[in-house]
Amino acid sequence: MSFDVAAIRAQFPLLQRDVGGKPLAYLDNAATTQKPQAVIDALIDFYTQCNANVHRGAHHLSDEATRRYEKSRDIMAQFLNAQHREEVIWTSGTTEAINLVANGVGQLFKAGDEIIVTELEHHANLVTWQQACKRSGATLKICPIFDTGELDIDAFDALLSENTRLVALPHVSNALGTINPIAHISKKAKQKGAWVLVDGAQGIAHGDVDVQEIGCDFYVFSGHKLFGPTGIGVLWGRKELLEIWPVWQTGGEMISDVNYQNATWGDLPNRLEAGTPNIAGVIGLGAAVTWFSALDMKAMQAHEQDLLEYATNCAHKLEGMRIVGTAPNKIGVMSFQLDNAHPADIGFILDKQGVAIRTGDNCAQPLMKRLGLPGTARASFSIYNTRKDIDQLFEALKKAKQMLA
Amino acid sequence: MQLPTSTEIVEDLAFFDDWEQRYQYIIDLGKQIPGLSAEAKTSEKLVKGCQSNVWLDYHLHDAKFQFDVDSDAVIVQGLLVLVLSAYHDKSAHEILDFDMDAYFKALDLERHITPTRGNGLRAIVGKIRQIASVV
Repeated sequence: MSFDVAAIRAQFPLLQRDVGGKPLAYLDNAATTQKPQAVIDALIDFYTQCNANVHRGAHHLSDEATRRYEKSRDIMAQFLNAQHREEVIWTSGTTEAINLVANGVGQLFKAGDEIIVTELEHHANLVTWQQACKRSGATLKICPIFDTGELDIDAFDALLSENTRLVALPHVSNALGTINPIAHISKKAKQKGAWVLVDGAQGIAHGDVDVQEIGCDFYVFSGHKLFGPTGIGVLWGRKELLEIWPVWQTGGEMISDVNYQNATWGDLPNRLEAGTPNIAGVIGLGAAVTWFSALDMKAMQAHEQDLLEYATNCAHKLEGMRIVGTAPNKIGVMSFQLDNAHPADIGFILDKQGVAIRTGDNCAQPLMKRLGLPGTARASFSIYNTRKDIDQLFEALKKAKQMLA
Repeated sequence: MQLPTSTEIVEDLAFFDDWEQRYQYIIDLGKQIPGLSAEAKTSEKLVKGCQSNVWLDYHLHDAKFQFDVDSDAVIVQGLLVLVLSAYHDKSAHEILDFDMDAYFKALDLERHITPTRGNGLRAIVGKIRQIASVV
């Protein structure tokens, strides 16, 4: 199966628009991806054909909505190769999923326990554990990186001990693009009896994620970075862990029996999904996964690597440009600096030329401090980008250089 | 600090017919002002942003406000000059009386500045008005 970028691009209505009279080069995919027509159609179809609340109505629409909603869980479980469908818990996104885990395993932390995160962390996977440590008296340990953006595995080995309760790390660094050896780290952490949480926000849309093969305990991500709607995400967790957690939010859907003084809890997945869920979001995300799974993963990864390589070569030719994050194993993320140009200025001038990128601290302030940078400009590629987008980026960068000189 | 007047800026910007000239003008405005020394960039003067930082300092001279600003991004610095041209060397009364919305409209900023930056500028405007209202 070959990879027809033009055919893929044609399925994304937003990519057809221009910005201020310039064709749009959307290179902010690590922030959020655009949505294919299949996802937009699923949302419209839900609201126009079968909107109803799930799991409760005694009528046709509710049954149909429930069927579509739960079908998304099956689709997701299969996509992640989860052993059980009830291991898929819907959340509002990565951040909520991490907070849910922190409420679960975080309540089991005690003084003397150690939690390991990495220097690469997005704030969501740092602050949550930092605060869980403050509440429990556990100690937060930070696994260092090399200047290339790769994890220092020897340092990780030295941090890992019998006291380690949890290792939380990103599948892929949002700021630098580094793909971390999550299966290797999971294996080592499990040998010491620690739990492993993988923040998959940046990993999920770039290849096959098989949670059993990774060997972690939790894998979390947001739907909107996987061509799905905003406000919906996933916590995949091992059933035996999710089952013993204290409940999180309480209310409808998650209970079994209720009287005025007491309540008992329902089974997974409901016990961790209180209240009316984001039904349209779940159905939209199901459509996104169905759409994404039909692509040829190998060809998609090859396309993305080609874009990264092409952009990296262009960067080497542009005087004064320096790529931040040079790990050999990266997704299509190019964080960079330009001599004598603040990232925000670069962003402003690129914007006027139809090029959308991220600038600033990338929601990773400690990492920026560790690298000694005020921030970076970041171009991030997705399956629908082309070399033409990258040419437009570099034309715009040349203009920015000239204007800011 | 010698700044162009707000009227001059409106006239200058109206004269340009493409974004490049307008941005170059804003960049040049940003480069003209001296900024703050490293010691003066204290956390109390910092208006923190996710994309760039701004420092705002002031003192009174003959009951008129003298502002000093700095930003690590030169375009932001230029946008600050647009704001300061209306507020610098003015009395509290003049500052509070100035119709910033009408000025922004005359600059046609909405069309040239994306909302994130617009919000940042409005935050500075709010801060300066607050300073003027308590003195």
